[in-house]
Amino acid sequence: MTKHDQPLIFEITKPGRVAYSLPELDVPETDLTEAVPADYLRSQPAELPEVSELDLVRHYTALSKRNHGVDSGFYPLGSCTMKYNPKINEDIARLNGFSHIHPYQDEETVQGALELMYRLQQNLAAITGMDEVTLQPAAGAHGEWTGLMIIRAFHEANGDFQRTKVIVPDSAHGTNPASATVAGFEAITVKSNEKGLVDLEDLKRVVGEDTAALMLTNPNTLGLFEEEIVELAKIVHDAGGKLYYDGANMNAIMGVTRPGDMGFDVVHLNLHKTFTGPHGGGGPGSGPVGVKKDLVKFLPKPRIIKTEEGYRFDDDMPDSIGRVKPFYGNFGINVRAYTYIRTMGPEGLAQVSKDAVLNANYLFRRLAPYFDVPYDRHCKHEFVLSGRRQKKLGVRTLDIAKRLLDFGYHPPTVYFPLIVDEALMIEPTETESKETLDAFADAMIQIAKEAEESPEIVQEAPHATPVKRLDETEAARHPILRYVKA
Amino acid sequence: MSKFRYLPVTEEDRQAMLSTIGVESIEDLFKDVPEDVRFKGTLDVEKALSEQELYRFMSSLAAKNVNTKETPSFLGAGVYDHYIPSVVNHMLLRSEFYTAYTPYQPEISQGELQAIFEFQSMICELTGMDVANSSMYDGLTALAEAALLACGTTRNKKIIVSEAVHPEGRDVLRTYAKGQHLEVVEVPAVNGLTDLDQLKAVVDDESACVIVQYPNFFGQIEPLKDVEAAVRLSKKALFIVAANPLSLGLLTPPGAFGADIVVGDCQPLGIPAQFGGPHCGYFATTKKYMRKVPGRLVGQTVDEEGRRGFVLTLQAREQHIRREKATSNICSNQALNALASSIAMSALGKKGLQEIAHQNMQKAHYAANKLKEKGLSVVFAGPFFNEFVVNVNQPVREVNKKLLEKGFIGGFDLEMINPAYKHHMLIAVTEQRTKQEIDDFADALGGVVHD
Repeated sequence: MTKHDQPLIFEITKPGRVAYSLPELDVPETDLTEAVPADYLRSQPAELPEVSELDLVRHYTALSKRNHGVDSGFYPLGSCTMKYNPKINEDIARLNGFSHIHPYQDEETVQGALELMYRLQQNLAAITGMDEVTLQPAAGAHGEWTGLMIIRAFHEANGDFQRTKVIVPDSAHGTNPASATVAGFEAITVKSNEKGLVDLEDLKRVVGEDTAALMLTNPNTLGLFEEEIVELAKIVHDAGGKLYYDGANMNAIMGVTRPGDMGFDVVHLNLHKTFTGPHGGGGPGSGPVGVKKDLVKFLPKPRIIKTEEGYRFDDDMPDSIGRVKPFYGNFGINVRAYTYIRTMGPEGLAQVSKDAVLNANYLFRRLAPYFDVPYDRHCKHEFVLSGRRQKKLGVRTLDIAKRLLDFGYHPPTVYFPLIVDEALMIEPTETESKETLDAFADAMIQIAKEAEESPEIVQEAPHATPVKRLDETEAARHPILRYVKA
Repeated sequence: MSKFRYLPVTEEDRQAMLSTIGVESIEDLFKDVPEDVRFKGTLDVEKALSEQELYRFMSSLAAKNVNTKETPSFLGAGVYDHYIPSVVNHMLLRSEFYTAYTPYQPEISQGELQAIFEFQSMICELTGMDVANSSMYDGLTALAEAALLACGTTRNKKIIVSEAVHPEGRDVLRTYAKGQHLEVVEVPAVNGLTDLDQLKAVVDDESACVIVQYPNFFGQIEPLKDVEAAVRLSKKALFIVAANPLSLGLLTPPGAFGADIVVGDCQPLGIPAQFGGPHCGYFATTKKYMRKVPGRLVGQTVDEEGRRGFVLTLQAREQHIRREKATSNICSNQALNALASSIAMSALGKKGLQEIAHQNMQKAHYAANKLKEKGLSVVFAGPFFNEFVVNVNQPVREVNKKLLEKGFIGGFDLEMINPAYKHHMLIAVTEQRTKQEIDDFADALGGVVHD
């Protein structure tokens, strides 16, 4: 990774340089001062950069060299499923017939796009054991909110207006309680037990006539399978609530079990995790939502139907929660996900989950002797270690994470889930080889030794990155959120 | 041997790894999955294809779609066909950007963080606002989030939105509002513009915000100065403007008219239409609301040695910290598309953005005049940017079928949003359309209308 600072693009600007080419205006000109009132014609141009095309290319190339992606090196970021992003996906998504089509074209002229979306929906329904899927939500959190709005519409259609609470485990992703709030519910926490699983007694205590739903990730954020899922589902369903599946950890269970078989009524998937849509530095994602039969009529509109004359959008959904996103979702990401599914097929997807779980357990066992293990049982696709032992030596989990940067690795997720002290949440994914896992384990073991023998090396890390630790307190206290010309 | 090219674990690896774990088989790792919920058999998923077969099959699906690279399009309505410099795609394919996660580890994410800081700066420049975030899903969910911010900060529940705002934006807004028990009041449009008398009649101290679009859904340039005066009749309501960022190369930015929040979609700047998504919402506001902005913000700071660097900042607003107290649940955003827009804005630059906006406006005005010459009536008389409405005197759907036979993708059928706009077609003309194409389109549309 390059250590050279790269100036802001505004700082390499020089008036007179351009990096675009437009044809000469080939129509007779209208006098715009007559067409538009003077107040509405911009008097001061926006101060955008002025660079040549090569300046531009060098700028973004330099920035890319100061960034770490999956292609740069191992990225065991727990709960994020940083697997390989296939190159053919990028080629397919850029075909003119997918990238240059307008959402309002006549259905006759976009049959290929509709067919792709329909096929993807069918495949996702099969993978999750759901009856119907919508591709509209833009990302996981958007899917959560959509799913909760569907559950709310279901209860209200039954005259159940008192169901105002959504239960989330204390180990849940932060989006779960936030989505519940945005959907107008009150989020209630259910505790985890000493095994790291939902405490059924506590669940019985909080569940009731005001329960709209329980949101659950299974395997949960500790990487543990909620083995009492059948009893758990029964408790929620007996109380009249619905069961919501957060599909962030779907990579662990494909072909082994399906949310639909476990009793879940609604599920969202993160196509940018399990199904290889690239993470893009934070997005765009895609968060399709699948539902069981009794919830289908509440899905957002429009939905895609297959008729004898071809594929159609169906807007005639009087019970729908309405529209959650303009147009039909993040189609470009859905194209990539479908391309991936067709690369793997049913056997390949099942193998993905087996290998993801094998890789996680192998790395877990290699590291277990050197770190505290809060829950010592076989994990699924990820596992959580605790840096408590190192903390006693004055080395925090944050230090371990920063030291890993020196070895060329992206660190695991740290300080999450919240119920584990000094948590390190590690998800290797199935696309990593044993050699990569071994090399990472060796680095972690070396850091554990450094914590004992020369803690300052870890405490002062990173040493090899373009910048050292950044002052986040100052950034928040005196925010500088844009460039201002000196 | 694995036959899946993304799966590196060999049989030999597998045995060695199982032995380290201390189990006999992979099955032993799934023993905690109860028998009752086990999936038996093979998933009903379509079969795997080789890379060559897959490319052929996907190309055949793509070929079933009429694309705007090959067929000139006059369709807009929120999604536009614009020039995308080649450099945009080449830089986007730098995998250090597209295969990275959210930059939570700033020491190895300076590239992404700096690019987003630059994006935020460019959006502030364009909109005339103080602060912009790192992106939202799209312009219309950004609009809904702006309304939620307004309701949160004013503690009012009444959202006023113009009928001249994108119909799908109003739909999405209603869905979001339902979740929070908020009221959405629509102000009708007259002559293609927000009815200011009606707006004045509904705006009051119980209002959380007033939302208009600029240029509006019909392509008309809303008189923001007059709208703002109406908004200020309320002591509390925020003034929210949804603006097409490309138009701001030429039009006075909403910030200059006192907007409190400006949102929109960066699709016109470097992002292909791709059937409606992913695009890239932007969200800009004043310093006053900086700490209430949804989504991620990048800020400038220094490292331990005093070197400039960038970090995600003011994270106390966000869901992963505030959980159920968060006012927005957004997590993933559209970072890669924000990067695409930054690259496009840098490529166009100060001059190019003005020139491209100018060409849009000129070509749209030329096209409107051509259509008038062909006997069509241009429906609304106010100033417009790159879109306008014509009456085609017959169902737009039928007209578009005939236009397609003549090799054109026609405009948007306004009857779909309101029966009052029967036979009204919304036509977009961008810099991509040549004079020849506009002339031919005018001939074709004139011919269809008079047949």
